[in-house]
Amino acid sequence: MHAASPDRISPEITRTRSASGMWLRAISMTSVAMLLASCNEGVLDPHGPVGKAERVILYDSTAIMLAIVIPVIVLTLLFAWWFRARNKRARYRPDWEYSGRIEMIIWCIPALIILFLGGIAWTGSHDLDPPAPLADRTAPLDIEVISLDWRWLFIYPHEGIASLNRLVVPAGVPLRFRLTSTTVMNSFFVPQLGSQIYTMPNMVTRLNLKADQPGTFEGLSAQFSGDGFSDMRFDLVSTEPEAFQDWVNATKTQGGVLDAKTFEELDRPAKADGAQTYAQVSEGLFDRISTSHMAAVSPQRGQ
Amino acid sequence: MSAAEQALVSGDAVPMSLRGPAPTRVVAGYGFWLFLLSDIIIFAALFAAYAVLSGETAGGPTAADLFDKRHVLIETACLLASSVTCGFGSLAVQSGDRNSTYFWMTITFILGVTFLSLEVSEFSHMLSIGAGPSRSAFLSAFFTLVGTHGLHVTLGLCWLIVMLLQVATLGFQPMVSRRFFCFGLFWHALDIVWIGVFTIVYLGAHL
Amino acid sequence: MGRLTWAAIPFDQPVVMIASGTVGFVIFCVLALVTLKGWWPYLWREWITSVDHKRIGVMYIGLALLMLVRGFSDAMLMRSQLALAAGHAQGYLPPEHYDQIFSAHGTIMIFFVAMPFVIGLMNFVLPLQLGVRDVAFPVLNSVGFWLSAAGVLLVNVSLVVGEFARTGWLAYPPLSEVAYSPGVGVDYYLWSLQISGLGTLLSGINLTTTILKLRAPGMGYRQMPIFCWTALASNLLIVSAFPILTATFAMLLLDRYCGFHFFTNDLGGNPMMYINLIWSWGHPEVYILILPAFGVFSEVVATFSGKPLFGRRSMVMATMVICVLSFLVWLHHFFTMGAGADVNAFFGVMTMLIAVPTGVKIFNWLFTLYGGRIRFTVPIYWALGFMVTFVIGGMTGVLMAIPPADFVLHNSLFLIAHFHNVVIGGVVFGVMAGITYWFPKAFGFTLNERLGKAVFWCWFFGFYLAFMPLYVLGLMGATRRMQHYSNMHWQPLMLVALAGAILILLGIALTGVQLAVSIRQRKRNRDVTGDPWNGRTLEWSTPSPPPAWNFSHLPQVDRTDAFWAMKQQRGSAQGRNGKQTYETIHVPRNNPTGFFLAFCAVLLGFSLIWHIWWGAGLGLLGAIVV
Repeated sequence: MHAASPDRISPEITRTRSASGMWLRAISMTSVAMLLASCNEGVLDPHGPVGKAERVILYDSTAIMLAIVIPVIVLTLLFAWWFRARNKRARYRPDWEYSGRIEMIIWCIPALIILFLGGIAWTGSHDLDPPAPLADRTAPLDIEVISLDWRWLFIYPHEGIASLNRLVVPAGVPLRFRLTSTTVMNSFFVPQLGSQIYTMPNMVTRLNLKADQPGTFEGLSAQFSGDGFSDMRFDLVSTEPEAFQDWVNATKTQGGVLDAKTFEELDRPAKADGAQTYAQVSEGLFDRISTSHMAAVSPQRGQ
Repeated sequence: MSAAEQALVSGDAVPMSLRGPAPTRVVAGYGFWLFLLSDIIIFAALFAAYAVLSGETAGGPTAADLFDKRHVLIETACLLASSVTCGFGSLAVQSGDRNSTYFWMTITFILGVTFLSLEVSEFSHMLSIGAGPSRSAFLSAFFTLVGTHGLHVTLGLCWLIVMLLQVATLGFQPMVSRRFFCFGLFWHALDIVWIGVFTIVYLGAHL
Repeated sequence: MGRLTWAAIPFDQPVVMIASGTVGFVIFCVLALVTLKGWWPYLWREWITSVDHKRIGVMYIGLALLMLVRGFSDAMLMRSQLALAAGHAQGYLPPEHYDQIFSAHGTIMIFFVAMPFVIGLMNFVLPLQLGVRDVAFPVLNSVGFWLSAAGVLLVNVSLVVGEFARTGWLAYPPLSEVAYSPGVGVDYYLWSLQISGLGTLLSGINLTTTILKLRAPGMGYRQMPIFCWTALASNLLIVSAFPILTATFAMLLLDRYCGFHFFTNDLGGNPMMYINLIWSWGHPEVYILILPAFGVFSEVVATFSGKPLFGRRSMVMATMVICVLSFLVWLHHFFTMGAGADVNAFFGVMTMLIAVPTGVKIFNWLFTLYGGRIRFTVPIYWALGFMVTFVIGGMTGVLMAIPPADFVLHNSLFLIAHFHNVVIGGVVFGVMAGITYWFPKAFGFTLNERLGKAVFWCWFFGFYLAFMPLYVLGLMGATRRMQHYSNMHWQPLMLVALAGAILILLGIALTGVQLAVSIRQRKRNRDVTGDPWNGRTLEWSTPSPPPAWNFSHLPQVDRTDAFWAMKQQRGSAQGRNGKQTYETIHVPRNNPTGFFLAFCAVLLGFSLIWHIWWGAGLGLLGAIVV
């Protein structure tokens, strides 16, 4: 037996069609609801120029592609339904397998879309390249980031202070990050500010971000690094520039010293357990850590 | 009429792709070619690793410190010559000449063993002066690349012994000459890889 | 016994002990049943030592189905853990376990489910579609299968003896180096993949040679079925990409076992190089998986529309273009590693270029449907489900091919949703379509249609329920491989995802039910003509199941859709079929080499993992002797 008899197909198709209509409605309503939910946090709710530019790219590219994807989905279902075997009105063309015009169109449509998106990719990659400085006349704030197992250390080289698991920054000031890792790869990511960048041992990566207004934003590691990975979160607290200065001054008066010895103690595997600050940081500590193969002597993890 | 039948009628030769399943000799050879290509890609990955890591000497000995030009030249000469003698041996196999086969293949074997012992002596010298593969990334890459080639040569020599034994016991059966053909491909491919090694590793060190 | 001690068995972990206990018990029951019924001689003769491509193909698919259950259990564990572990809750799987579970899930699904499914289908179908008797190297075929089975065994042993890798399915260094993964987990991962990788490579060589050198008389490249073209592209990719995997894993093994410094943090090692090498393999790998699925859809859509495939030539061209381009896009897996704007942009554009031939294929299938007389059988359901689902996955892929978009989506649940979208929507749907389509050819009866459709709907809706929330979660800032999370807003979405996973679980269970019911109903659904679907290609010209030698006479082919042409000309072809001269047919003998080689491989692998050097030597010696 191969083709089922026409009568056997019909009720099934009708049943399927009305059932699928109901499902379709349910699905589209749920999807809209979910999408709206996502607009209030994360990547679609950026608070900095980098994230905002990236959101524009996300929206524009999705819209361009949906212009093709939705018709394709609709046509698929339409053709499948219209040309079902039972439908006598549909014209059966058993030998039609080529049309030069259609061929040209179906090569051109994807090609044109890709050309357009490729342009976005090219310009976007250059404009939003992580090491590229932001177009902002305010002097940037330098921050050095070290990912440990499984905490984040932030060093303010010009202020001479450091902070563990909590990154306090002035709003409206470009942030110029240099990043490294002491053990394994991690990825520094604050979704509401924009791009992430890997942190790697013995290497320095660079990133530029900015927080437009004051607020607290979640930060995390986006590259799996071991057992304490899920807790490897930090807060990026953006404050008014005056409040930031106050915080810097306050930090300089309380807290310990971060030098090679205290750093070595810090560099043992431990899960994140709250924030901490350091009143003094040795000069050039970050440079030494990022080039010194100190990673070689960091303790092995137990099983 | 099928394309093949039309070709026969019109007097044109039937294209290879239309002649049906190829004979065993062709199939075996082709499969072995593909295997060799995959092997060469393994070497390509090792070459890439070497290229990336060739400067990472971690304060240890560099390529210029370690490589002896004359030593490498003799190794290369042995291997290239063994390819030539292998070629003559293949001709002997094709013409079914037992004595010639033994003669040329034995010389190939001797040249291969010479190459290997020179390489082993180079390696053991480097190990003895503390320039082993765990000293630095450069040395890891060097030992792996050149060592993998040496391992292939060793396997080839074992294969050659087996083939000579097969000739002695079975004569020049189709299976035996097929396998000798594959051996020849293998041996020449190793030679080509060595030329890459010679150029990138040893000559590259002195540029 | 090297570093193997009784402590390797986690007696104190109930989840693991119950799971392995259950599996062990089931295996024992199966073995006992086989022994009591006296089936061993039959199994040994007809299956274990068989070098028949049809048997080997079926065994590959059986292996894949088994591992699908294992890989999916890991998925259920992950989904349920994430549904629970919101806010301050820690769920029931501590990180040490959870990390192994997601690593095992990815490894098993890619290497031991998707690959065997695809290779199994290709193995079964290719010689039949090419009109020849077997693949180029039948014994090597058996060896390839058994080496894959050896890999499967090793991975599953890691559940109970020792642990599995806790690094994710690609085991990036430095995390996978001895300094940060000192246990046996990464070694299990590396050795089982090296062994099965060798098997896959041998398969690739075998099938490429078969397609290029073993075809029926008159079957040139223009007459070759489209599934054979996609299989050719896939196997060419296997032959060129898998050696990279072998070499890279060898380097990591040398780092771990002999103190080399390819990827270590000290003495000059470069972990970035591992990432480049592994993805140079990794990207072709996903095309190895998807291209045969595309081939299945081409066959299915054409057959059930009653028309030839639209735009066959551009389909072939698109396939070969994808084959080549797949080697030029690998960096899109790590845009965030900091390669710079020019490099990122180049690879972004190249990645998008691959979307062009893929889009062309979708349109070609669309226009194959147009003007057809479509019969809504189970394979067509899978094909239509694929066409709708895969374009969404492709869209999110092209989205992430734009580097600045990737900067905020990399390694998030959005990425997870994307690749599950294309792998489930593409590979799984394709394999299910292929299995349903060719099942009657393999076993002589069709599968139950109603249950087949139920399985489809479970997978279809289950997929959307399980993964659409993940797209949203990714946009909300959720990253992958989390064992728990603090944002309570995410929990409802995780619950929806869990519901989707349960629906898919139902689909998998129904597949088992479908098999059982179909076997019971086999007399009713017997395929007596060999051509249950009114097919177009040569495999449908054989009886179901075909004899070991496939064709008594190798068919003379002169155009595409050779069997369709034969059926049209049935009247006039009588004369040709009237010739009853038979030539001797050589059928290769059974050969236990594959099985014994795999046994030695398992011994070798297990010994190396546990540093039992004498065991390793024994295994190696055994392998050489065999």
